[in-house]
Amino acid sequence: MSIFLIIVGAIFVNNIVLMQFLGICPFLGVSTRVKTATGMSAAVLFVMTLATLITFLIQKLLLIPLHIEFMQTVSYILVIASLVQMVELILKKVSPPLYQALGVFLPLITTNCAILGVAVLVSRSTFNLVEAVVFAIATAIGFALALVLFAGIRERLELYEVPEAMKGAPIALITAGLLSLAFQGFSGMV
Amino acid sequence: MKLWTEFSKGFFKENAVFVLLLGMCPTLAVTGSAINGLGMGLATTAVLVGSNLVISLLKRWIPDKVRIPVFIVVIASFVTIIDLSMAAYVPDLHKALGIFIPLIVVNCVILGRAEAFASKRGVMESLVDGLGMGLGFAFALTLLGSLREILGAGSLFGWSFLPEGSTTILLFILSPGAFITLGFLIALINVMRRRFA
Repeated sequence: MSIFLIIVGAIFVNNIVLMQFLGICPFLGVSTRVKTATGMSAAVLFVMTLATLITFLIQKLLLIPLHIEFMQTVSYILVIASLVQMVELILKKVSPPLYQALGVFLPLITTNCAILGVAVLVSRSTFNLVEAVVFAIATAIGFALALVLFAGIRERLELYEVPEAMKGAPIALITAGLLSLAFQGFSGMV
Repeated sequence: MKLWTEFSKGFFKENAVFVLLLGMCPTLAVTGSAINGLGMGLATTAVLVGSNLVISLLKRWIPDKVRIPVFIVVIASFVTIIDLSMAAYVPDLHKALGIFIPLIVVNCVILGRAEAFASKRGVMESLVDGLGMGLGFAFALTLLGSLREILGAGSLFGWSFLPEGSTTILLFILSPGAFITLGFLIALINVMRRRFA
């Protein structure tokens, strides 16, 4: 039951993009086409799950036993940055088609604060390993949901006349605001 | 004179939030009140000044190939210092800003300045650039936080100016209000830029 609550909570109620404001850069940056939005989402799902798993182990097996919790920020960001590089190298060798699909998005992920954000959120929660990984996967699905929905709306928005000053970022932000308003309806569910 | 241009560009011409659209996550997340916006802005400024200073001092010894990881470690160290200092001296603000303090590491404004400015220019220029860009960022966050607090809570910096029991537009403190307020603010700045340019 609690696993179910974690999943619903992470996808809808506390949606990472629309409610917690993590990963806004890719949300605004790669959401002009549904196709790129799906590619980015897949890359985030992959890296977020791995990064959460590894940082969880680092926190529990290294930082806490050695009493160096203050090294959290430095060690997490290094792990995430090198993880992204490693995933890129391995994918290139093992699965070229997957690399072709995700390749362009991988370097962008290092600066995606959603990855580091989830790792820090997990370290501040009481999750065990399984719950942490489930939380990471559900959060990534929530990211994908928001990104694909938003990209779908933006594709249509291109067909309409928008006032000159509103073109680009302003109208995108206001659209995101309305989307966030819709997600506000889920609050209080969990 | 030249230093003054480096300093002042961060406020209007190259404002990180309004013009370059960088550092969006903290901008949207912590501006529910003016004081949180200002606190986040100043914390980011401190990290930016520190990292710009150290990187411009070390630029001769940082190998080109590993420069990004080196920049990230320098930035992360300053973030840790700020994180611990804020926990010690301003615990309430530290609690209100929550995970967004460690997340200053991935604020693209800071890495952007390190890569585009501090790794190429002199120490004094980099220091001024960091101060200008940082205070410009703080200015943007405070402005957004003030607007949202006035509309959503009827107060400014915690000082309430509405009579007890008046209705406020709660939406502006909630997440949708962040997107909508920033959207209109950027549109307004676009209009102003066109008129004065």
